[in-house]
Amino acid sequence: MNWAGLYAVLSGVNRHSTAIGRIWLSVIFIFRIMVLVVAAESVWGDEKSAFTCNTQQPGCNSVCYDHFFPISHIRLWALQLILVTTPALLVAMHVAYQQHQEKKLLMMTGHGDAKHLEEVKKHKIRIAGSLWWTYVFSVVFRLLFEAVFMYIFYMIYPGYQMVRLVKCEAYPCPNTVDCFISRPTEKTIFTVFMLVTSSICIVLNMAELVYLVVRACARRSRHNSNPSSGKGSFYGHKLSEYKQNEINQLLTEQDGSLKDMLRRNPGLQEKGDRCSAC
Amino acid sequence: MDWGSLHTILGGVNKHSTSIGKIWLTVLFIFRIMILVVAAERVWGDEQDDFVCNTLQPGCKNVCYDHFFPISHIRLWALQLIFVSTPALLVAMHVAYRRHEKKRHQRFRIEGSLWWTYTSSIFFRLIFEAVFMYAFYFMYDGFRMPRLMKCNAWPCPNTVDCFVSRPTEKTVFTIFMIAVSSICILLNVAELCYLLTKFFLRRSKKAVNAKHHPNHENKEETKQNEMNELISDSCQNTVIGFTSS
Repeated sequence: MNWAGLYAVLSGVNRHSTAIGRIWLSVIFIFRIMVLVVAAESVWGDEKSAFTCNTQQPGCNSVCYDHFFPISHIRLWALQLILVTTPALLVAMHVAYQQHQEKKLLMMTGHGDAKHLEEVKKHKIRIAGSLWWTYVFSVVFRLLFEAVFMYIFYMIYPGYQMVRLVKCEAYPCPNTVDCFISRPTEKTIFTVFMLVTSSICIVLNMAELVYLVVRACARRSRHNSNPSSGKGSFYGHKLSEYKQNEINQLLTEQDGSLKDMLRRNPGLQEKGDRCSAC
Repeated sequence: MDWGSLHTILGGVNKHSTSIGKIWLTVLFIFRIMILVVAAERVWGDEQDDFVCNTLQPGCKNVCYDHFFPISHIRLWALQLIFVSTPALLVAMHVAYRRHEKKRHQRFRIEGSLWWTYTSSIFFRLIFEAVFMYAFYFMYDGFRMPRLMKCNAWPCPNTVDCFVSRPTEKTVFTIFMIAVSSICILLNVAELCYLLTKFFLRRSKKAVNAKHHPNHENKEETKQNEMNELISDSCQNTVIGFTSS
């Protein structure tokens, strides 16, 4: 299981997201995960081996590194990305549950053939009812996790800037010792980059939340002004959809047989012409 | 998520590109991304380990390295490639949206709003390429990698000689990547011109058509009209057929 595995799992969720949700997912995968894997990991690759302290005292290097870097940026970002992408799985689970219920309904009403079951899997599910609540909760959790990690980052590494020199006086270092960090400027550039993309993702999540709420309110006001537009349950709607599909099918079959009838009895055509004259 | 996944994502966009766009994508993947992964990363692999300064002062090497290389060439190229390939996703999203609206799975012609999306994506590509090339030139004062750098940042005592590892090989690859970047810029400019020319030609054809055939219906409309007539005829006959039998 690696980032590619996560990508495979989350691409399925993509189908049932809003447009903003899809943009958010692309930003996460291309500008955060990909940059992390392809660029940032090599910048932090030698963070410990190239961390040099101005002393020959054994152990001082390790102790100072551990004191200033309780958890590396790379690991923090990896945890952040995993936790931020996981709420989308709640939505995926809910969608799978709904599809399972639909299939059961189809079997009950006698439409349990392979074609209909395939259709259930293929058609896009509307974000309404309980799915709306699950989706909104997943977006809220995403926002929470992003904010929490940004705060943790700020707490552990105040200022987001990587300094060149840190002064360390932990035992066993003799007195105060100068320790030099490797590639501080490059690390600062990437920290700022990841911060900016994190903020963009927060903005996208807030926009998605607002969009979902506005859509729900609009739908509600439409229902209130037009009460006859079916307040039935989700499955009631589905049943009526299937009935309508059946009627449509019958109509097309009938139309086909009528065309045959017309071809066989051209006399009917004349009656038609007469009638159009009236 | 790595270059392979980016290739998978962008491979889909290929279907809806112009021929020049397909050439550009090939150049990007073979001459830039592949060269970066297969060759350049090895050349820059030991850039800090083998950056040697003529001093025993601890920390001097780190500080001098950081001073002369604020961001490594490899990372700059990686960011450049990611930014340059991403506008193509705008086109992919637009095509997916159109497919969802019209429920068709065929290749869409680049016209209408898709033309604007496509042209903007090329424009953004050009801007990103230019910005990164400028950033490169600005940071590294030309595209050559010197062998020796003189450093006097604290804690280095006085001025210290620092030696870069594999400078000639790095210069060769830098020039190669710059050359391919310029080729990509040229391809993008050519594609932009091609799209603009196509647009103006189509417009003038439409104007000429409208002048010569003011009441001309296009093929689709004629077919639709025929179908409508057939349906209305058969409906009338249905009514008659039922009432007579």
